[in-house]
Amino acid sequence: MAHFSKPAEGSWTEHFGLSTEPANYADSISPEFYALEQEAIFKKTWLNVGRVEQLPKAGSFFTKELDAAKTSVLIVKNRDGELRAFHNMCRHRGNKLVWNDFPKAEVDGTCRQFTCKYHGWRYDLDGKLTFVQQEGEFFDLDKEQFGLAPISIDVWEGFIFVTFNPDPQPLREYMGRMGAGVEGYPFELMTQKHTYRAEIGSNWKLFIDAFMEFYHAPVLHNRQSVSEESRKLAKYGYEALSYDIDGPHAMVSSWGGMSPPADLNMVKPIERTLHSGLFGPWEGPDIGELPPGVNPAKSPAWGIDSFLFFPNFMLLLWKPNWYLTYHYWPTSYHTHIFETTLYFAPPKNAFERLQQELAVVTFKEYGLQDANTLEATQTMLESGAVTEFPLCDQEVMLRHLHTVCRDYVEKHLSNAGAVAAKGV
Amino acid sequence: MAAFPTQFAALEPYADWALPSEADRYGKRITSTMDELQEFYDAAFPLLDSSTEYLQGAPIDGISDEDRNLLWLFSSLITVSFPIECWRQPTVPDSGPASIDVTVEPRP
Repeated sequence: MAHFSKPAEGSWTEHFGLSTEPANYADSISPEFYALEQEAIFKKTWLNVGRVEQLPKAGSFFTKELDAAKTSVLIVKNRDGELRAFHNMCRHRGNKLVWNDFPKAEVDGTCRQFTCKYHGWRYDLDGKLTFVQQEGEFFDLDKEQFGLAPISIDVWEGFIFVTFNPDPQPLREYMGRMGAGVEGYPFELMTQKHTYRAEIGSNWKLFIDAFMEFYHAPVLHNRQSVSEESRKLAKYGYEALSYDIDGPHAMVSSWGGMSPPADLNMVKPIERTLHSGLFGPWEGPDIGELPPGVNPAKSPAWGIDSFLFFPNFMLLLWKPNWYLTYHYWPTSYHTHIFETTLYFAPPKNAFERLQQELAVVTFKEYGLQDANTLEATQTMLESGAVTEFPLCDQEVMLRHLHTVCRDYVEKHLSNAGAVAAKGV
Repeated sequence: MAAFPTQFAALEPYADWALPSEADRYGKRITSTMDELQEFYDAAFPLLDSSTEYLQGAPIDGISDEDRNLLWLFSSLITVSFPIECWRQPTVPDSGPASIDVTVEPRP
């Protein structure tokens, strides 16, 4: 039985012009396809690497490991308060410039300049080479020519993005209609943050697949609800309020949440006493009217919007006025690092802090169930025993994501072919 | 010296649950038996349930040591509520080798 209306075509999948045939996951089990994704996607699109609050003053910096783009980047605020991004690499002999103890571990801090551990070359906050050890031993070395290799950087709504594309589309334009629709959301007020990280044994797209559909929620997570409620949810199944696609980006708008629940017996004792749960504190802070792109169906049952800004940045806005981000950073065709940060308005008292803690811990319990399922899926997909998988209409955004990735790769290959044909 | 405000003296035997990091609270949960978790839950839950007003009157800015300890103990109760109220075992079912680790968390 349908609970929410669908487009005139009869399904979301047909509405967006996507195939209704069984899907194939060859793009998630192939080292060769991943190598193409690195070139076609991760070296071409804008990548969100952090937020402006991480760089509070001149000299604040952090590093980000981007295996998918085969580099490490250094993000810093210069003396004029502008953000700069560089390949995290000394221009002398290629040592990684900023790291402590473990070269692969990300670091952050504040400094006046960057000094290479190897031979002591120094760079200022604009990446300019300012000191060379025994400079007289070099041959006509022009320090002006050996600054840090810059990377394009821009900020959208406080989110810091970089791109390795030498000719990038302006970031705001890249974020498109859905980005414009959430502009003005008071991200800057939500500075109480909890960050989690996990190494996941699956292709990066499979975890996005898991978080762009809620068809699984009443089944995989059924024991997280009290049993009567769980039976009701399973019978009800899942239908989104609406879906949207804009270029490579996608979103799903969903009902749900218990804020507050119609019947207190629907929720667990810890939720009943703290007035909080997966969807956060039942009574969120007053942040005024939400931007027009949030809850696009304008449904009174609205609970959460999940945006996927291609390729790997998800933004979830929850009805009780808090948000979280997901990032999926590939490290090989069948591994990735998953990061999530939950952002709340700073709690005023111990009770509000505990309400937020319950939302955070509930997220972790759900995430642990999701993460292990992914490894189980990846290993079986790699067996190749079955290659065709039927997807339902509530899995429409999975089709879209995999189609977009294949399109980026095909475009990259045809461009490379055109260049080769010209003999360039 | 008491770890908690006077009216929470019943929690003194469980002071080792007053752990400031979520990683440590979760670690203690999954290395405890269900009997230990049940005993802690039974002692702490009624006090949390009757203390909403007290906790709302404990501002985060300038929080006292005793209130901070109470906050960490009740944070442990939150993670312990999952084995007691959902799982009937200390770990998340079917989560096997998966782990999701905190890297940044507020204090408090």
